Amino acid sequence: MKKQFMTPLIIFGLLVVLLVVGLMKAKYVRDVPSPLIGKAVPEFSIPTVEDQQKVFTNKDLIGQVSLVNIWASWCVSCRAEHRLLNVIAGQGIKIYGINYKDELPDARRWLSAYGNPYVKSAHDITGRAGIDWGVYGTPETFVIDKKGMIRYKHTGPVYQQDIDEKILPMIKQLQAES
Amino acid sequence: MLSMIMNKKPAARILAVNSILFFILCLLPLHLQAGPRGQPKEPIVFEDPQVESDYLELSEELRCLVCQNQNLIDSNAELADDLRREVAKMLKKGNNKEQVIEFMVDRYGDFVLYNPPFKAQTILLWAGPFVLMFFGIFILLKKIRAGNEEKNTDSSALSEQEKEKLDAILKNK
Repeated sequence: MKKQFMTPLIIFGLLVVLLVVGLMKAKYVRDVPSPLIGKAVPEFSIPTVEDQQKVFTNKDLIGQVSLVNIWASWCVSCRAEHRLLNVIAGQGIKIYGINYKDELPDARRWLSAYGNPYVKSAHDITGRAGIDWGVYGTPETFVIDKKGMIRYKHTGPVYQQDIDEKILPMIKQLQAES
Repeated sequence: MLSMIMNKKPAARILAVNSILFFILCLLPLHLQAGPRGQPKEPIVFEDPQVESDYLELSEELRCLVCQNQNLIDSNAELADDLRREVAKMLKKGNNKEQVIEFMVDRYGDFVLYNPPFKAQTILLWAGPFVLMFFGIFILLKKIRAGNEEKNTDSSALSEQEKEKLDAILKNK
């Protein structure tokens, strides 16, 4: 082949590689990398959905490995993952909830209808705690270590694959940490 | 409209009523979209024009995390509204623009900025276009120089033999 055709061909080839890589990664584009990973959970103290006299605070998250799940009764994908949350809660995983911008009766109805996998849920009616957690869409799930540090964030509903491949191994690893 | 329906034969009347009902049903799902319910919100009002202009500037510069190709001021998403209010609240409290930006970046990362900072992670973003431009200029210069050299050693120039031949032809004319 003539040399003069080689250069455009190579450039074309490189472009194809670039675009294919971009397309393959495209489904992850919506995931905003969280700057909170490796940091302590934001401070908050909010009355719970279950009992407005009691509060859920960031201090509750210290001393154990836990999940924090952001949910709402109006959130359709939350319903999709709810069954799985019930299953892993039944296996002894501690899940805390942040009920994001929801009406109290709606949230309570949801928990009684679909089961309550949460140790407790904060009733974040204004969504202000959500902003501190960097929430931009429900559901979101955070893995918290024993020191109360955020170690991992999952955006969108968790599927069995996410639980098996990422969340459960992560929890095991963090439980082994002193 | 009612008389129009009533004047028709029974079968046609049923059809007309059904199509109206169907039309109404088509409109219904618009009101059933999922999303947090809330009271209609107060508009954001500023007393200080400087704060207002800071607010507008920040709302243009910050990205909505839900509708990711819109900035806060363009986006109708619930979160965008919350964040706009948060920005307004912080500015009114006397925070400066840098503090608001820091607040947002702490929670949502550099992604929230439409004007990303210059650092190791974004070096390709900032320097990339210039690198490409210089690369292009380099290639262009090389091509032009190669072209010039070709002109200087013009292959269409006549050799000594050819010149003699040409002279002979011209003389014979």
